Amino acid sequence: MHRSEQINQQPGDSTRPSAGDWTPDIIRDEVDALKHKPGALLPILHAVQNRIGYIPEGAVAIIAEMLQQTRAEVHGVISFYHHFRAYPVGSKVIHVCRAEACQAMGGRALEDHIKSRLGVDYHGTTADNEFTLEPVYCLGNCACAPSVRVNDDIHGRVTPQKFDRLADKLTTSTLEIR
Amino acid sequence: MATRIYVPCDTTALSMGADEVARLIQYHAGARGVDIELVRNGSRGLCWLEPLVEIETTTGRIGYGPIEPDDVQALVDAGLFDGKSDHPLFLGPVADMPYLKRQQRLTFSRIGITDPLSIDDYRAHGGFGGLGKAVAMMPQAIVDDVKTSGLRGRGGAAFPTGIKWQTVHDEPWQSQKYIVCNADEGDSGTFADRLVMECDPFMLIEGMTIAGLAVGATRGYIYLRSEYPVAHRMLDEAIRRAEAAGYLGEDVRGSGRAFHLEVRLAAGAYICGEETSLLESLEGKRGLVRAKPPLPAIKGLFGQPTVVNNVLSFAAIPFILDQGGQAYADYGMGNSRGTLPIQLAGNIRQGGLIELAFGVSLKEILEDFGGGTFTGRPMKAVQVGGPLMAYMPASQWDTPMDYEAFAKLGAGIGHGGVVVFDDTADMAEQARFAMEFCTVESCGKCTPCRIGSVRGVEVIDRIRAGENRDANRVLLEDLCETMVDGSLCAMGGMTPFPVQSVMKHFPDDLTA
Repeated sequence: MHRSEQINQQPGDSTRPSAGDWTPDIIRDEVDALKHKPGALLPILHAVQNRIGYIPEGAVAIIAEMLQQTRAEVHGVISFYHHFRAYPVGSKVIHVCRAEACQAMGGRALEDHIKSRLGVDYHGTTADNEFTLEPVYCLGNCACAPSVRVNDDIHGRVTPQKFDRLADKLTTSTLEIR
Repeated sequence: MATRIYVPCDTTALSMGADEVARLIQYHAGARGVDIELVRNGSRGLCWLEPLVEIETTTGRIGYGPIEPDDVQALVDAGLFDGKSDHPLFLGPVADMPYLKRQQRLTFSRIGITDPLSIDDYRAHGGFGGLGKAVAMMPQAIVDDVKTSGLRGRGGAAFPTGIKWQTVHDEPWQSQKYIVCNADEGDSGTFADRLVMECDPFMLIEGMTIAGLAVGATRGYIYLRSEYPVAHRMLDEAIRRAEAAGYLGEDVRGSGRAFHLEVRLAAGAYICGEETSLLESLEGKRGLVRAKPPLPAIKGLFGQPTVVNNVLSFAAIPFILDQGGQAYADYGMGNSRGTLPIQLAGNIRQGGLIELAFGVSLKEILEDFGGGTFTGRPMKAVQVGGPLMAYMPASQWDTPMDYEAFAKLGAGIGHGGVVVFDDTADMAEQARFAMEFCTVESCGKCTPCRIGSVRGVEVIDRIRAGENRDANRVLLEDLCETMVDGSLCAMGGMTPFPVQSVMKHFPDDLTA
């Protein structure tokens, strides 16, 4: 859904992804499918974020009511974990590893390069909605550092040049229609 | 007969282009009319050679690596499909490579050799032998075998696994007990858990099932970090196949005993690698650390008796049950029995997984296996055991890998990760990062950790800027002491270790 909206946008269109691309029924479906599990809240939040791309503010009350928890409890869990986000993101999320093994291999310079190439800081989304940049503390690829994750793909031995080639490739491939 | 070709599918191989290499190999085989069978094996743990492609020949498996997609055409021209040696990336028989030959792989005996998701392959290489014995044993006999092995928790705390199991075993058998696997491998420089899950997932399933039989637990959870998408896919599929084959479920291998296993995805909080925080998270809450006692073995998940062990601890269990606890205890030194999976990473030429009996010196790892730094510059510092452990200077590299020997130096082995830095590293920057990391990852429950880390960053910044240096150094020492002594868990309690090691061993960097 997200993707088909993207291709209708003009290049350089800086509109953030629409916050209206979910309905209460979507949230209820996800909660219904998982609420029987013991300790169901994290699986539910993962399911909602996988489906919509983030956890909308309006979903909190629905989840809370269905799990018979307070909204504060649900909000508290979302805000505790780095992985969960309450705001829409670009079509691709880039995680840059900031941890020690990557630092030992030029990770700090790579972080700076990626920020300046994309023109955003951590937690920011590029103006064209292509990329959201996030820090990560270890991707477990430490013998081939430094590492970067784009959605679910991990890239090793990333140099500034290699990142630029990757970003170019990713920017053009968004126009594919699935 | 089709030529069997192996292209690894673990995260490191994929991160270096393995999928594209596999695709090109298939394309060229098709174009030349060569009949091949492509197997996506796990990694051998020779990370610097990934993607490491292997061809099965009458004289064993011949390796080539590291292969980039652009190399495939030339390799095929040079006789890749026949295992010929006419290419610079030719490595010869993989099993004879010194890096592998010098290891003692008890836990990682199968990785890279098998297809990670093939139960037949797993069984053909000794898999489920331990479980086969365990289903015929009394629970106490299983616990005794683990005690005999001398296995200590491989997550970092090194608590004797057999004693933990005994505690849970001794709780009433009518209560619901749980087996929880801590797969929140958050320490930088560590990837052995990932290799288990991606390259030999049935070994983890087998180890957890044996634990369930030993203590009377019918339900297990693998708490997996969300940073490991490949491991997540592998585990889910491996569990599905193990259930279908009767290794998991209501009746484990006809024993009449149940064991159900489920992967639960974490959500990017380092603190959830701490066992009580992990349990809170599994219960669907914020990952706040619990005060101990009560021990999780008595009141753990949902208040029930729970075994919480690291991936590597569970992964050691099938060997111990299959070969006997004594066979495992025959390796090692002092009170560190068995083997340690060392992960060599950072600025190193030949990084990878090195499983050896405890007692090998750090220097042997760095030089004989690592072959020096990746950049070719001199080594300056080595951080063993993750972001909460000391930076060790060259004078300490003769230390044997042994829990007690490292503890004597104020260092630790932790989860066995070794991260190497060359002489361009600014150790003051590393000290600052240790505090900064704690500001990001502290759960916030106790003050020394939550506030202390923020003040730590500020004080280090002042020292580096030359502001009241002497007074601020005293303040930093004092702050470190407060955090070590006053924090609720290891997060705040150990964050000062790397900082203190920089003050002690690399003082010039702080005032440079």
